[in-house]
Formats: sequence, structure tokens, C-alpha cells
Amino acid sequence: MAAEREPPPLGDGKPTDFEDLEDGEDLFTSTVSTLESSPSSPEPASLPAEDISANSNGPKPTEVGLDDDREDLFAEATEEVSLDSPEREPILSSEPSPAITPVTPTTLIAPRIESKSMSAPVIFDRSREEIEEEANGDIFDIEIGVSDPEKVGDGMNAYMAYRVTTKTSLSMFSKSEFSVKRRFSDFLGLHSKLASKYLHVGYIVPPAPEKSIVGMTKVKVGKEDSSSTEFVEKRRAALERYLQRTVKHPTLLQDPDLRQFLESSELPRAVNTQALSGAGILRMVNKAADAVNKMTIKMNESDAWFEEKQQQFENLDQQLRKLHASVEALVCHRKELSANTAAFAKSAAMLGNSEDHTALSRALSQLAEVEEKIDQLHQEQAFADFYMFSELLSDYIRLIAAVKGVFDHRMKCWQKWEDAQITLLKKREAEAKMMVANKPDKIQQAKNEIREWEAKVQQGERDFEQISKTIRKEVGRFEKERVKDFKTVIIKYLESLVQTQQQVKFVFGILPYFKKINELGF
Amino acid sequence: METHAEAGKEGKPSCASVDLQGDSSLQVEISDAVSERDKVKFTVQTKSCLPYFARTEFSVVRQHEEFIWLHDAYVENEEYAGLIIPPAPPRPDFEASREKLQKLGEGDSSVTREEFAKMKQELEAEYLAIFKKTVAMHEVFLQRLAAHPTLRRDHNFFVFLEYGQDLSVRGKNRKELLGGFLRNIVKSADEALITGMSGLKEVDDFFEHERTFLLEYHTRIRDACLRADRVMRAHKCLADDYIPISAALSSLGTQEVNQLRTSFLKLAELFERLRKLEGRVASDEDLKLSDMLRYYMRDSQAAKDLLYRRLRALADYENANKALDKARTRNREVRPAESHQQLCCQRFERLSDSAKQELMDFKSRRVSSFRKNLIELAELELKHAKVSPPTSLPPPGTRVCVHVWMCTRVCAHVGVCMYMRACVGESSLS
Repeated sequence: MAAEREPPPLGDGKPTDFEDLEDGEDLFTSTVSTLESSPSSPEPASLPAEDISANSNGPKPTEVGLDDDREDLFAEATEEVSLDSPEREPILSSEPSPAITPVTPTTLIAPRIESKSMSAPVIFDRSREEIEEEANGDIFDIEIGVSDPEKVGDGMNAYMAYRVTTKTSLSMFSKSEFSVKRRFSDFLGLHSKLASKYLHVGYIVPPAPEKSIVGMTKVKVGKEDSSSTEFVEKRRAALERYLQRTVKHPTLLQDPDLRQFLESSELPRAVNTQALSGAGILRMVNKAADAVNKMTIKMNESDAWFEEKQQQFENLDQQLRKLHASVEALVCHRKELSANTAAFAKSAAMLGNSEDHTALSRALSQLAEVEEKIDQLHQEQAFADFYMFSELLSDYIRLIAAVKGVFDHRMKCWQKWEDAQITLLKKREAEAKMMVANKPDKIQQAKNEIREWEAKVQQGERDFEQISKTIRKEVGRFEKERVKDFKTVIIKYLESLVQTQQQVKFVFGILPYFKKINELGF
Repeated sequence: METHAEAGKEGKPSCASVDLQGDSSLQVEISDAVSERDKVKFTVQTKSCLPYFARTEFSVVRQHEEFIWLHDAYVENEEYAGLIIPPAPPRPDFEASREKLQKLGEGDSSVTREEFAKMKQELEAEYLAIFKKTVAMHEVFLQRLAAHPTLRRDHNFFVFLEYGQDLSVRGKNRKELLGGFLRNIVKSADEALITGMSGLKEVDDFFEHERTFLLEYHTRIRDACLRADRVMRAHKCLADDYIPISAALSSLGTQEVNQLRTSFLKLAELFERLRKLEGRVASDEDLKLSDMLRYYMRDSQAAKDLLYRRLRALADYENANKALDKARTRNREVRPAESHQQLCCQRFERLSDSAKQELMDFKSRRVSSFRKNLIELAELELKHAKVSPPTSLPPPGTRVCVHVWMCTRVCAHVGVCMYMRACVGESSLS
């Protein structure tokens, strides 16, 4: 890993000791961190600012696409700042050898509170046009939490209500902190509204969590066992991630429906989200029709970029699915293992009890107890992290499906344009025929139609261009988010492994003591 | 398929690790073993200076059935009724392993070549482990016989060790199977005896204690053995799960062109090492814990059988007493009744004496074996925790993670091992 580190944006990439990097402050003050995109707004615009609050003391600045923009980077830097602690790594205080995953601190994240007027505005990953676009907008600062699942009602009409809390300093919201109660179908309703508005123009709308009839029924019926609490927790976390992704999208954030969802205390019940409703069935039919259409559209791809990307996403999809299946299997087996270990510990304890020889009996009981405790601890730990990984994978599998959908929409758009062109041609032919047949009123009609269809063709072309442009931007954004998300999860997983060591260290402290006893000879 | 196993001292899993005070007058070992289609051929080598044998060093080839024949011969011999007969080795069973290998061969195309190679390697290792274990079990059986002062002098034993030809112990025919069935019925009657349902009064406190102890112990150890097996298999399963994950992460990594590339590749490496570790943990547990529990489950069953025999002798004795009383009251056939009663009495007392000694030996054997295995298990785990990094410097992160991961396992066992050394060491029996 040492050899393959990405060189940090400025300065050299020599790894140093990072023990002293635990204090987030040091890092931020020593690097060029302030992002000042335009002099007018005093604060860095277009920052995924919710990361800031989350990371103000967290060592997880994520690395966002440096590659293509490095040229811009160096061009912009008016002042060379030496990064003496260029790499940032998760806490590893006791380990002499550095690093788990060195994450180059592109550090576009400066704690807003501490934004010193550092040197030159060094613009990192954003392409210039993006910055310009968003420079006029609000501070991109909004934080969403989903919490407090509460069961409302009884029997089969019961549902879970979740509290959606928003903290923001964006001006489009009336307050800076507010919360509302929402139920699952409300989320689905939000998604379907956003999807109907934005998907066909090329925006990647994050998909909502999936319905689960089994899970919900258990909750409705009122089974208070661990699997139903697990289900509710899983769902809560999924809803939170869904909302966070949605608000991260600059265009979606502006949408009034989203605002209404977050703000208004009463929301019209979204009945069309039920699977067996009329709308649900219509959706299913449409999906099937789409699938058939996709197979019949033969598009002349003029832009290789799209073909490449589609292939890439196709591959990614397959890989992620495979990985997800394996990770799920692992999570399942870990659960089994912990159950089996508990059972074994019990029977070992019983064996110890019945053992005749007192010393051996005591030893066996001890073995059982300690084994159980430590193993359980470790299993839970590992299970929790893998679970997080598994959820991330399933999120991305759904996201990629949305991406593919967007590409499909582009195809449909092209088809529409094509059809319009063909129709125009036909109309022109018809006109020509009329000319020959010399029927003046028909000719006029034909001319009208031609004009109409010419406009349609132009519109179609414009639409197609627009959607292509949007998709390019969206895919770029998506990729960055993806890299960030994955890196975060991986780092979290590795960090928690290290954390376990802290707990275990204590036991190892006792070990020499035991050894001494043994040496003294009993 | 043919597999050779050099059953040398190092290669053997000393799973049962029975402490044998072997004197060198009779040394038995299985020097070689070959696995053919559906049977295993063991080469039993004997070194002895005893006068019973024609030569001092010789070896013969034996199959599993012949071991069973030997065991049954001991069990049916009245002379050894007062002894614990070492439990028969289990039949070599490669079915499960073979099936898995076959399934892998047919396998699906979604598995990459690396994955396939790894899985094949795992299965082959499993096959080999089972093979080694079965060799060890057969060997321990013979070695215990050779170490026992009375059992080693059995004529059948000499024949087994020396007779060059096949012992022609054919598979059981229908009459013998029926006999086996009847024997099982008798056995359940014995269970009634031993659980005290028949109202037989135990005269000796020692045996009363041993009876209750053995009954409970045997059930519990059987339980523990089953569950240990499950844990071990779950660990193995987990280790196998890492294979597709590593592979998927590798291929994801190679496809990426951004920063995720290194992350994925390193993660794949980490999981590969975790897999190896998990596998090692599984096999350690298997050898030191599972196998030991299994062996003592069988051994405690053999001890229970001894108690049955003794109780049956007691029942016979009591019946003979009653018959004698009846004969005396009727004043008919007193003489034969008296001599019969004498016989029963003598037999019972002989059995009781030798049983007492055997049971005490059993206890000391058991304690020392448990102690040895548990300590060895802890030491193995400690060794794994201190695994030194390979020369190609791994990403320090992975080393840490591996280290961390092992720590949690080790502390349990190590702590106990130290504690045990302190406790068990002071015992008078060890």
C-alpha cells in the first residue's frame, strides 16, 4: 500500500507518523483546506456540508476525484502550501507501522467555524462550470436524521412512524431546525414524485428502500422479538441513507415536493405506493412494457462515452451483486457461528459441572465462560460491520439500477427524436404527393403538419442533447459519491477492528501476570 | 482415489493424546495407510522383544473390519469383563468429503479460476485431515491395547499383529446382524440396570458414585462434542465464505480506475488472510477440542459398559443367592446351588476389584488428556496471534487487522490455559 499511494495534491507524498494526527484541528490548520469558490459568498459553497458536521472531529476526509482535475488544481494554486502531514489515517496510536488506508486529505472539508482565511482558494474536485453554477445557490448545508420509530395504530392497519429531523441553514426553508413524522409510504410517495419529474430528463434519483411484506406484517402483528426490532432498525437506517442521498443532489434539493416532505406537518397520504393498488399494477405493466421496448430499440450510439459507461455500469452491477450475495452469506454464517458458540459454551459449562476432578471442573467452566464472552463480543463486532457493508452494497445495487434506468430514458428520448424525424420525412413525402396531385387545401394542411413536425424534431434534438448533457454530469457526480461512500465504509470497518484491539489490550495486560504465576511453578 | 499418508510422528494429529506409559517391550504403530476406492488399508508395524512373537519387527496390512473384529473379540471375552475395553475406532468415512469434491468438479461457471483453485485446495486439505484422523484413531486403539498389561497378552491380538494373511473377517451376514439387534435389546435392559430402575441395590459407595457420575458425564460430553462439532464446522464455513468475497473484491478492484482500486485490492488481501486464519482456528479446535471430546465420549461409553457388566454380575450373584436360599429351604440340590453361588460371588468380586482400578485409571487419563489438549490449544492460538508478517511487507493495515482479530480469540484460551496450569498442576493425580 505504501507504494501505491496517491500523491497528495500538493507537496510530496512521504508518509509520516500519524499519531499526532488525532486532533482534527492540526490537520485542518496545516493544510490548504478552505474552499472559497467565489469571493461573494463568505463560506465555501457547494460543499457537501453535511459531511462537515459529521466529521468535525472525525478522521475521515474522503478523497474525491482528483484525477482529471489535477491540472486545474495546480493552475489555481497561487501559493504553495507544504502539507507536512499530508496523509491522514485512522487512529492507530500504538502501532509503530502506519496506516490502514491512507486517505489523501483533499480536505475540501473545512470546519465552517474554523475557516481561516487561508491562502489561495484551491479548488479541488469540482469542475469549473459546476462551481459557477452552484456559486449562486445557497450554502449546500443540510443534515437529515431519521429516528424514533414508533408504532401507530393496531392490528393490520398499524404502521411505523419515523421522525424526520432536518437541520439546515439553507434559506429556502422557513426554519433552521425542524422535524416531522412520516411513515414508510410517505417516503415511497416522495420517491415516485421525484422519479416522475426527474428521471426522464436524466437525473439519477436515488431509489427508496424496498417494501417488505413479511417484515411489516411481523411488526403489525406485534411480535416484539429481536428479528422485528432488527427489521425496524434496518429500515430506519435505510430511510435515513435514502434521504441523505436525495438532499445531496443539488437539483433535487430545490424540488418543492422534497421541501414539503421535510417541512409540512401534514402530508397527503400516498396511496399509490401500495403494491396491489391500481397504480401499483400500472407500474408493473409499464415496467414490463419498458423491458420489451428496450430490447427492440436499436440506437446508433454516436457518443462512445455512453456506450463505455453503460458497459462499465453493467459490469459493476454484476460484480456488486455477486459481492453482495457473498457478504450476505457471510453475515448469515456469522450469526450461526455465534449461536453455535453460545450453545457450546453452555454445554462446556455443564460438562465442567459434572466433572469429577475439581480443578479440571473449574478450568472447564472458566473456559466456557471466557470463550463465550469473548467470542460473542467479537462476533457482534464483526457482524455489525459486515452488515454495514452489506447494506451499502444493496443500496448501490439499487442505485445502479436507477442509473441504468436513466440511460434507458436517454434511449427512449432518442427513439422519440428518431420517430419524429421519420414522421417528418413521411409528412414531407405526403406534401410532395399533394403537390403532384395539386390539391391546394390538402397542401396547406400538409405544410402545417410539416411545420409542426419540424418543431417536434427540433425539440426532440434539444431534449436529447439536454438529457445527454445531464447524464454526463450526473454520472460524474455519482461516481464521486460512490467512491466516497465505499471508502468511508471500508475505513469504518477497519477502524472498528482496531477499536476491538483496545478492548483486548486489557486482557493482554494480564497475560504476563499469568505467565509469571506459571513460571513460579504450581 | 489413492492417497498415501505417512503416518509419522509429526504428521499425526495426536487428537486423543492418550497418555500411554508405554514400555518398549511392545511398540505398535501404523506406519502407512492407503485409501482406495472405498476402503482404507493400514500397515500395522510392530516392534517387540516379547517371546510371543516369531520375529522382533514385522508388519501386516489390515483393514477397518479387522480392527472391529479384534474389538469385538475382546468385548466377548469373559476374561476381560472387568476391564475397560478401548473403544473401537470409527469407520473411515470420506463420503461427505468426496461428495463435496465431486460437486466442486461439476461446479458452476460463475466461479473464477482462482476461487476454484482455492476451494479445491480447501476440500483436499479437508480430505487429507479426515484421512489422518482416521489413521490416528486406529493407531490409538492398538496402542492402548499394547499398553494395557492384561489386554496386550491376548491371543487374538497376537494374531492380529502378526498373521501375514488376510483375517477373512467378512461382513456380517444376516444371522450376525440379528445377533447384533438382540444385543442392542440386551443393552437397553442394561441401561435399566445401570440407571437403577431395576431396584438392584449397590453395595459399594465407590461404584454408586461412579455410576451417577458416568451417566451424567457421558450425556454431557456427548452434548459438548456435538456442539463443538457444530462450532468447528461453522468456523470452516466462515472461512470458505471469504473465498468468493476476496475474489469479488479483487475483480472489483482491478476494474476500478479510481482510488477505490487500492482499497478494494487491499481489502481482498485482508480477507484472504482472515480466511487462512479462520481456517487454522477451525482446524485447531477440531483437533484439540472436538476430537478429544469425541474420544472421551467413546471412552466413557466403554467405562459405562464395564459398569453394566459388573452390575450384571451383581444381579447374577443376587439371583444365585436367592436360588441358594430356595434350595436350602427345600433342601434339594443345595450343592450345585452353593457352588454356583460361590462362582458368582467370586466373579463379582473379581470384576469389582479390576473395575475399581480401571475406573481410576480412566479418570487420570481423562484429566491429563484434557489438560494437555486445552493447553496445547491455547498455545496454538497464541502462536497464531504472534504470526510474523511475511517478507513481502503486507499493507500494515492488514497485519494490524489480522493481529487484532486473533487477539480476541487468543485471550479466551490463553487466560484459561494459564489458569488451568495453576489449578490442575496442583492436583495429586497429574
